[in-house]
Amino acid sequence: MKRVLLVIWLFFLLIVQTPGYAQTEPPVSDDEVNRLASELYCPVCENVPLEVCPTKACAQWRELIREKLALGWNDEEIKAYFATQYGDQVLAVPPRRGFNWLIYLVPPLTLVAGILIAIRVIRKPKTIPAAQEVSNEGPCRMAAEDFISQIENDLEGVE
Amino acid sequence: MIGGIGYGGLVIALVTTLTAVITSLCGGRSRSAALIETARRAALITFPVLSLSILALLYLLASGRFEYSYVYQTTDLSMPLYLKLAALWGGQEGSLLFWCWLLAGFTFSVVARRWKTEVDLLPWVIAATSFTLLFFIILVLFFENPFSRYFITLDGIIKRAFFPPAMSILAKPTDGAGLNPLLRHFGMIIHPPALYLGFTGFVIPFAFAFAALVSGRTDDHWLKITRKWSLLAWLFLSLGLVLGSRWAYDVLGWGGYWGWDPVEISALMPWLTGTAYLHSAITQEKRRLFQHWNIALIVLTFCLVILGTFLTRSGMLSSVHAFSQSAIGPAFFVFIILMFSISFGLLLHRWSALRSENQIHSVFSRESAFLFNNLLFTALLLICLTGVLFPIFSELLTGQKVTVGPPFYESATAPLFGLLLLLMAIVPLTMWGVSTSRNLGRHLWKSALAALAVPLIVFLAGVRNWFALLAVWLVTLAIFTTVLDTYRTVTLRASNRQEPVRQAFGTLVRRFSRRYGGYLIHIGVALMALGIIGIEFFQTTTQGMLAAGETLSLSGYTFTYEKLEVTDNADGRNSARASVMIKRDNRELKRVFPGSDTYYVSQQSVTLPGVRSTLVDDLYVILVDWQPISSEGATFKIYRNPLINWLWIGSGVLVFGTLVALWPTTRRKNIPRTHQEEK
Repeated sequence: MKRVLLVIWLFFLLIVQTPGYAQTEPPVSDDEVNRLASELYCPVCENVPLEVCPTKACAQWRELIREKLALGWNDEEIKAYFATQYGDQVLAVPPRRGFNWLIYLVPPLTLVAGILIAIRVIRKPKTIPAAQEVSNEGPCRMAAEDFISQIENDLEGVE
Repeated sequence: MIGGIGYGGLVIALVTTLTAVITSLCGGRSRSAALIETARRAALITFPVLSLSILALLYLLASGRFEYSYVYQTTDLSMPLYLKLAALWGGQEGSLLFWCWLLAGFTFSVVARRWKTEVDLLPWVIAATSFTLLFFIILVLFFENPFSRYFITLDGIIKRAFFPPAMSILAKPTDGAGLNPLLRHFGMIIHPPALYLGFTGFVIPFAFAFAALVSGRTDDHWLKITRKWSLLAWLFLSLGLVLGSRWAYDVLGWGGYWGWDPVEISALMPWLTGTAYLHSAITQEKRRLFQHWNIALIVLTFCLVILGTFLTRSGMLSSVHAFSQSAIGPAFFVFIILMFSISFGLLLHRWSALRSENQIHSVFSRESAFLFNNLLFTALLLICLTGVLFPIFSELLTGQKVTVGPPFYESATAPLFGLLLLLMAIVPLTMWGVSTSRNLGRHLWKSALAALAVPLIVFLAGVRNWFALLAVWLVTLAIFTTVLDTYRTVTLRASNRQEPVRQAFGTLVRRFSRRYGGYLIHIGVALMALGIIGIEFFQTTTQGMLAAGETLSLSGYTFTYEKLEVTDNADGRNSARASVMIKRDNRELKRVFPGSDTYYVSQQSVTLPGVRSTLVDDLYVILVDWQPISSEGATFKIYRNPLINWLWIGSGVLVFGTLVALWPTTRRKNIPRTHQEEK
């Protein structure tokens, strides 16, 4: 009897520790799957994130993410796996290599161009009109009145 | 017969538009009043003729004439009448015809106005609008004809044509395929017309800029005439974008309002240049600056309108929006290149005549603020344009398909939007002309300190995201300085003129409607930013499969799945509706009914989120999946979207502000004050 119980106990331990068992009951939540799926795109319906794609194929791909996460793969490994299988278009942004660098250069180049244009367009006058200098001085009350009269002047001019 | 009227209308419109183009060009060149009058009449007659075509198509859609391919593709017998009529813009051919009709309407309104001193612009305005219209009429008539019918040839092939092919009989399907279920939504019914009104509306300021370049009248005249046209086009474009966002939020079921989809960006790009133009036009009127830039901006806006239509309609972008593909891509491409080259060629030709009379002398002046505004909007445009075109170029040049998704746009544009908020906050405190940092700083520091109160409260409430706190401070500062400027001006007027404050406010708004309309728009944008901050920084989500009676928790709320009902409807839908009770601290808040409709004919599904909406947050419940037989287990995805409703409230304020800005100003009577007092 004891031998039978021992066999059953060993069998139970075997089941619990078998990787195959872990695969049938993956301890990975929907939220973990969605977190990663939101950073991938459906390989079939272009421009639809994998997280929200309603097709059956995408549901299977989400399950694939669950399986990979359950096997201990990290985010980058899973993304690389999908990119290898289905091409770079499954990644939310182009990988930083080769021709793709062009797109990452545009925002900083735009910034530099903007600053250069601003420097070129705005030219300081050689002398600041005296009236302006005066308006910078004086008590606070005077300053407020200057300010308000300036607003009124602006208003008159706009329309 | 009715189809024949519609088709005939298109053919006549082709002839009248061609006449308008030729006679306006000849009349403008030879200064022949008779030719210009012929062009004017030809341009005027096009609108009623195209209206006939539109009415004919509407009749065919409403009466279920499924032998017409467009009617077959976009309607079915079960659809209600309003949806059948809205199917006018539910597909490729109909929406292009609708585009033509709107453009003809705008052209009609412009040409029918009383032309006085600016009559030398008239032939060129007609030429620009009619040439654009001609291009679209050719597309409709020869490539995307909504009046094509189905014919079956003797060898059993189904052909689409207006005139019967040889040895064929007319096919008469008994029912249609029906409108794309995703488009059966209130937002989608108004969104395309609003967007198209915005698109076509911008053709008018472009036409005037073009006319100014050709005729050599490069003063501010074209700009002043088109001031309200531009604002009207901008209003419709803004409305179209907001309604599109609302549709995405309600129908697409991904819990968001903006997915940086290429087609969304295609509609955003002309809005960016249009907004930049509205600001820089003020600088030209006030300080005679940016003359070149204003023409370039309006030409760019026009080209982006055409590019947006091209990208959406040519099937070049594969996205949720590009539901149809066609062979019109090359034609669009040639048209854009042609218009761009002609316009910029003319701009270079008139370059010296357009030279600015003034210069910007101070970084802290109002004209500098407008310059920075324009630079920021242009930078946003370049980022969007790169993002949209990069996948196309990547595929063309390297053969590698790539996706440019939200992470790129969000990281590249967020700092620029932040700087725009800062500019919005500063601009009421700036002055035209020479201004110093001391001057600006003196007015700014108190407001900046006062505006810290709100992020401080948010900080004390437990928020530790510094970017979010910075964004909240910028929003508060923008609203604070705008309201403060209005308050100071109103109280000053009230005390100077001994008027009640309400009367002073009313008079100022009526007299300076553009300024105060602009302020309202700024407040609307700040409120919209608040909604965007809420959803971008603080959105939380969870998903799980529940059996009846089980509960999911999210951000202090609980969601209990009660039951699921699946029904078959007479209109060809299979509907699944779940019942979910939302509670907080064991207090019942609302029962929502997330669901899904599956259409039998098209086998397409539409997600119907269950939403509990307040000013604090939206709780957005989606039925992701369910077991059709047992109805016991169902998977739900739940989003909590903080402050999202401020996005819609802000949009409403923006639209109201634009209407205020469009309101005709009351002119001040030139009566000396002493004389008034004597009276």
